[in-house]
Amino acid sequence: MNGSEIFNAQLWMTALSSATPLALAALGGTFSERTGVVNIAMEGMMLTGAFVAVLASATLHSAFLGLAAAILSGMLMAVLFAWGTIRYKADQVVVGMAINVLAAGLTGYLLNAIYGFTGTPPDTPRLPDVTIPGLAQMPGIGAVLGRADLLVYVMLLLVPLSHYFLFRTPLGLRMRAVGEHPQAADTAGIDVNRLRFLGVLISGALSGMAGAYISIGVLNAFNVNMTNGRGYIALAAMIFGNWKPVGAFLAAALFGLANALAINLQGLEGWHVSKDFVLMIPYALTILALAGIVRRTTPPAADGIPYEPGH
Amino acid sequence: MTSTRATAVLVPVLSVLLSFLVGGVIVVISGHDPLAAYVALLQGAFGSVFNLANTLTVAVPLMLAGLGVAFTFRAGLFNIGAEGQYWLGSIAAAWVGYAVHGLPVWVHLPLALLAGTLAGALWAALIPGVLKAWTGAHEVITTMMMSYIAINLARYLIEGGPMMAPGYTPQSPAVLPTATLPALVPGTQLSWGLVLAVLAAVAVWFVLYRTTFGFEVRAAGLNGRAARYAGMNVARIIVLAMFVSGALAGLAGAVQTLGVNHRLFDAFNAGYGYTAIVVALLGKNNPWGVLAAAVLFGALNAGASAMQMQAGVPAHLVDVVQGMIIFFIAVDGIIRSVLRRTRKEAAQA
Repeated sequence: MNGSEIFNAQLWMTALSSATPLALAALGGTFSERTGVVNIAMEGMMLTGAFVAVLASATLHSAFLGLAAAILSGMLMAVLFAWGTIRYKADQVVVGMAINVLAAGLTGYLLNAIYGFTGTPPDTPRLPDVTIPGLAQMPGIGAVLGRADLLVYVMLLLVPLSHYFLFRTPLGLRMRAVGEHPQAADTAGIDVNRLRFLGVLISGALSGMAGAYISIGVLNAFNVNMTNGRGYIALAAMIFGNWKPVGAFLAAALFGLANALAINLQGLEGWHVSKDFVLMIPYALTILALAGIVRRTTPPAADGIPYEPGH
Repeated sequence: MTSTRATAVLVPVLSVLLSFLVGGVIVVISGHDPLAAYVALLQGAFGSVFNLANTLTVAVPLMLAGLGVAFTFRAGLFNIGAEGQYWLGSIAAAWVGYAVHGLPVWVHLPLALLAGTLAGALWAALIPGVLKAWTGAHEVITTMMMSYIAINLARYLIEGGPMMAPGYTPQSPAVLPTATLPALVPGTQLSWGLVLAVLAAVAVWFVLYRTTFGFEVRAAGLNGRAARYAGMNVARIIVLAMFVSGALAGLAGAVQTLGVNHRLFDAFNAGYGYTAIVVALLGKNNPWGVLAAAVLFGALNAGASAMQMQAGVPAHLVDVVQGMIIFFIAVDGIIRSVLRRTRKEAAQA
């Protein structure tokens, strides 16, 4: 493989596949953070979803039930997260860490307790691929977008839907108000904590879905710490996307491309850029964006601050 | 008020007990004997001189990095990236340890430790510290991103990069005997790093409570705006606090590399820098509390494999307990409200 061959269809397919869980979780993250709750717990919600997806899919012999269970399990972790951060107003970053450590422990424990050292069952049903008639036959783009896992298309649909919901519906406006100026929202009769709970819950559902994509979308297995920090990259994508659904998607796509490039570069002759340097790109870009060097980012004004009425 | 003081100690202790209780319930549900599991865990952690040395070996990097995280908490900052500073410290200490030849041990060893300390300090201060002070970029995100960059950097250096030892194993050459931290208990992995960690706790206590800088750090942590109005240079405090914190995490990496690992290799799963955050939280950012919490987590990690082998309970139980501890510490409102209720009932009885 040489330099001009590196941007082949395989690269774009890998990029799309790497971007999908990042984008799903990052979209969820915009809902949580737009209502004012910093969510680093996405990693744990994703990991839980990945494990539960395999557990349910293998036990019930249905990948769709696996997906449903993954979404529910992500929401369950979100309830725990919201209970600590919204009901008890605890530090959102610390509770997020707790969720992540807890999820790593629980999934590792259950994997070992249920499946022993043999791993998850090899006959676990996988989520189906979907072929878009017409698009699949088109040259070039057809190879990348014409046939993919169901959740890839779900993600692509959720991007405009999330944007519409957050920026064009009354409920979306209220959710954003709660993240920008909770006191004013409260005065206007909006239940601040209920909408924050909703934002966290949506984040949990989408993180759980992202986890299911990793375990029963790309593969049909689960292994220890399978998400491997993707929840944190999703958080970075949401920030780089300036807390907006379309931005989060574009950032996730960029980060997915970096990941695909890192894989492809290993097969490239006469080119000595280490894959490890390419893998640093998302993190470096996020730092530069936060510092206002690459682009200006503005978090919601009340992001990360528990709401205390009367303050 | 003695009751608030008692609560300050009771909350962490109850958090730990409650977490073990939740862990025990999980053990019962999965069909094992929780008592047997915890007895095996305790024996694995404290049952012999060798086991105790193992516990303390794990505790040493947790003490050092935990002190670092606690220091930033005191300044009102959250250095979530101790992991990255730990790896920078490991890289620098390993490099000085194997690449610099011909020095006597009393120069080489301090030099290697200093290199690790400085590398960690700069990794925390130069980018996250400076950006926080002058652009307001949130240190939680920047230090987290810097951690991933550090791990990728370390991986590059030993996977075909300039620090890779001859051969096919992704690791650096071994550090020279002149840069090796000697064993404290012969025949175990416990090195003189333990003494360094205790000295570091004394130093952190002294700086925090007996120096002007420490006073400024605590003032900025309690109320940054008030500190600014009082004429303190908050930007300088932020950068220096990150420097000190990164230095301690870097020293943790250097001690681990020169005392236990003896080279740089792929040990990225250990996650001492992440556990250090839990250690700081459980130790309530108090130097002595950090030491105690580090021993607890050292024991959990050292005893986990014994528990798995003897009681058949997956070692991941320790992570579940760890996660619960963070949760209860963070959401201390749960425990406080229980405490309040029991006190009220005791008063009425």
